[in-house]
Order: sequence, then C-alpha cells, then structure tokens
Amino acid sequence: MSEEEEREMLTDKAIAGLKFVDDPEVGLNVVDLGLIYELELDMQEKQAKCLLTFTTEFCPMGESIQANVTESLKMTLPGFTPVVTVTFDPPWKQDMISDAGREFLGGY
Amino acid sequence: MFGSPLGGNVARTTNYRVVIPFYAYGAIAFLAAAVLLLTSNGSFTGHWFQPHLLAITHLMALGWATMIILGASHQLVPVLIENDLYSDKLAYTSFALAAVGIPLLIYGFFVFNLGWPAQLGGSLMVGAVLAFVANIAISISKSKRENVHAVFVFTATIWLLLTVLFGLALLFNFTSSVFARNSLYYLTLHAHLGLIGWFLLLVLGVGSRLIPMFLISKYKAPRLLWWVFVLVNTALVLYGLFFLYHQATVLNYIPALLVLVALLLFAHYCRMAYVERIRKKVDDQMKVSLLAVALLVLPTLVLIALIATLAVTAGDHANLVLLYGFTIFFGWLTAIILGMTFKTLPFIVWNKVYRHRAALGKMPNPKDLFSHPVYKAMGITYLAGFVLFGAGILLQVVVLLQAGAVVMLAAAFLYNWNVMKLLTHKPFKK
Repeated sequence: MSEEEEREMLTDKAIAGLKFVDDPEVGLNVVDLGLIYELELDMQEKQAKCLLTFTTEFCPMGESIQANVTESLKMTLPGFTPVVTVTFDPPWKQDMISDAGREFLGGY
Repeated sequence: MFGSPLGGNVARTTNYRVVIPFYAYGAIAFLAAAVLLLTSNGSFTGHWFQPHLLAITHLMALGWATMIILGASHQLVPVLIENDLYSDKLAYTSFALAAVGIPLLIYGFFVFNLGWPAQLGGSLMVGAVLAFVANIAISISKSKRENVHAVFVFTATIWLLLTVLFGLALLFNFTSSVFARNSLYYLTLHAHLGLIGWFLLLVLGVGSRLIPMFLISKYKAPRLLWWVFVLVNTALVLYGLFFLYHQATVLNYIPALLVLVALLLFAHYCRMAYVERIRKKVDDQMKVSLLAVALLVLPTLVLIALIATLAVTAGDHANLVLLYGFTIFFGWLTAIILGMTFKTLPFIVWNKVYRHRAALGKMPNPKDLFSHPVYKAMGITYLAGFVLFGAGILLQVVVLLQAGAVVMLAAAFLYNWNVMKLLTHKPFKK
C-alpha cells in the first residue's frame, strides 16, 4: 500500500471514529454537524491535525467536544499524536450541516 | 485563522459549583411556595395586601424565580457576552447572602413582623444583588463584543438593584418614616420595577438568544430586539413618572400598551425562529418554554382589564389584582423556568460528570439525564394547577383554589424529583 493510499485509509477511519463524537446538545455527530473543518495526517511526523469549530464561540460544551475529538483520534489512529485546533474563522453556520445531518434533524 | 491547540483558546465553562446551588435552592423554594399556596389559599379570596400573600409572592419572586435566574445567568452570561465570568467568589457571595436573606424576609412577611428579621433579610438580599451586579458588570466590561442580549441582561440587573433597594426602603418605611406616604402606596411601583425591569427584560434578553440557539434556527433580528428593548424600558420609565407625578389611572394604558406591543414583537421573533428552524423535532422543554411566551400576553390582558375596571367602577377589584400577580409568578415566569431548567441544568450536570470521561465509550446525552415521563407529568399537572387556581381567583371559588393548589403542589414535587435526579446523577456504567 502506498503512503497516499494509507493516508486515505487512515483518514476515512478517523472520520468514521469522529462520527461517534456527538455535540451533546444537538445529539448529532461533529462530522455531520460541520464542526470538523479539516483533518490532515502528517505521515512523516505522525501527527493528526484537526481543525475544529463550535456552533457558538462560547459553547459551554466546547471543552468537552474538543477533548472527545482528541480522544477519538487517539483511539482510531494509534501511533499518531492528535493536534486539535479550534477556530472560529469562518464562524459555523447552519449551512455547514451535511445532508445526512439535516435528515437526522428533520431539516427537509 | 488558527487558534491555539488543545486547552488554548477554548472557553472555560462557568464552574458547576457556582451554578448548582442556585438551582437546588430555587427548586426547594418552588416546593415551599406550592405548600404555602395550599395552606394559605383562603388568602386569595380577600384583599391582596395580606401577610401570607406577601410571603408567597416574595418566595416566588426571590426564592424561586430570582435564584434560578441568578444561577442560570452565571452560566449563560458568558455565552451571551462570549467572555468568562469575572469571579466565582462574587457568585458564591451572592448565593450565600441570598440563601440566608430570603428565609428571614419570608418569615418576616409571613408572621407580619417587619422588624429585624425582615430588615436583615432584605439587607442581605441587597448585598446578594450588589455582588451579582458587580460580577455581571465587570464580566461585560471585559468582553470584546457588544450585543443586544448582553444589553438586555445588564439593564435588567440594574432594574433588579433598584427594585431591591426600593423594597428595602419600603421595609424600613413600615417601622420608621422613610417616605412621605405609607409603604402600601408604593407597592405597585416596587412590584413593576421587579416584574418588568428585572424579570421581563431578562427573560426577553436571554430567551431571544436561547430559543433560536436550541431550535438551531437561522433567524436573526437584532433591530427588532432593540425595539423590544426600547419599548419595555420606555414603558417602565413612563409608568414610574405617571406613578410619581400623575396618578390618573387611564394614563397607565400607555405603558401597558407599549409592553403589549413589545410582547407581540417578541412573540413574532419566536415564531420566526420556530419557522426557520433546522431542528424540526421540538422537545417538551422547548414546548413548555414556547408556551411561556404565549402566557406572557395573559397578565398584560388582565392588567388592561384591571385598568378599564378601575376607571369605570369603584372598589379595589382584589380578584383581578391577585389574578394579575398569579398569571405572572405562577404563569409565564414559572412556565419559562420549568422549560429552561431542563434545557440548561442537564448540560451543567453533563459537563460536571462527563467532560473528563472522553473515550470511555458512548456517553449519554444531557437530555438522557432526567426522566421524560416525569417531565411530561409535571407539564400536565402544572397547566391543570395553573388553570384551576387562576379560575378560583377570578371566580373566588375556594374549592377551585384548593384543587388548583393540590395539583400545583404535585407539579412542584415532580419538578423537584427531576432536579434532584439530575443533581445526584452518577456516570452511566459501560
């Protein structure tokens, strides 16, 4: 397996794992809610760089969501160091919810 | 674009130890008020100025509504202003002073001894509010952002301070001459400073942020909210001026109508937030909260009827005055607390129990931490109790008052059941 194929496989695995991390208020996982802006695996440095946002800048659940995302990456990517960074640029919008997320919320 | 890594720029949630005592105290005060409603329901067939009614009103206003709102505010103000709460110590001070002051004050009213227990209780309550106002003011002043919700909250806290200071002065006026007239004369002014300035303004400010947030709604209308803010404050200032300088009853139509327009605008805001929501399934807590918005109109209509009745007929129309107070304290104010308690407290408890339990498997959601059948039963008994007791006041029928009080007590018990279930929650086993 080439490095690129391995990266893709591991990224899919990490995203699948993140789908088990819910925003506790909404009850929807962080991937479909659109909170994961980026997930990049550095195969040389063995780092999983994740760019995360919250639905509101002072989200009371933010600390917990960030910790759960980190733990999820640790579990799905053994040997990698998760580097989870929070950004509010751009701020989260309802439009970032995936189709599956909207279906879950009954949005159609 | 990037913030700092884990633990860096993520907001600190207000310490649960700060918030939880307020909720526990408020829940017990609601139960105590419901017990007093049952044991003193005969008072609701007489004049509105009676010791037991004063005790129940202040227990509902301070022990129940204000304590819950103070607790929730310590949690929600950082969300509104997007900045940390300034001081946990000031919050603890506020709780301790209020927790001791309220029972002393209520005892004084109940036995109608307005000497030292009530005066000390009132003074402690003023201290509690001063600590709260200082905490909120400094937190807001350190915030980088200004928004309409924070302005609502800050203005409401100023009205609260004026209300308790005026209330304390009225208390001393019972035993020594502080004002030119007796305290009874000023009671309606004191009551409306609290009802409109504190409760209404705060509920509108916080509700206008939370309702769209919980519904995941795209709707935003800051200009409309500014209009609501201006209308409510103008109404209150006009009411105060008319009270002090012009006692013509009919002029009170003006502030009453301004408040009614503000409420209709707010109802429109909530409706639009509801229509434009992404989360289609509305939970029971939000339904009760939205019901509370509808209940806001009820006391306004009773007030307009009261003003009209006073303008054309003599007498004190005690049943309408009592109904007005009841529809506020046991109506919209209680309804919004019954709804919002279970939209806020589960998160506080969840954060306390589960925030450091990441990677221990699938965790329950905050909404799973209390009993939904009990919540539903509480909602039904509350509505039944409210309608029965309200009808009892209006028609002056004792049996309706008694039935309403029993059912309201059941609602208070069920509320306490769920609150205590939340507060004693232990982590789910895998």
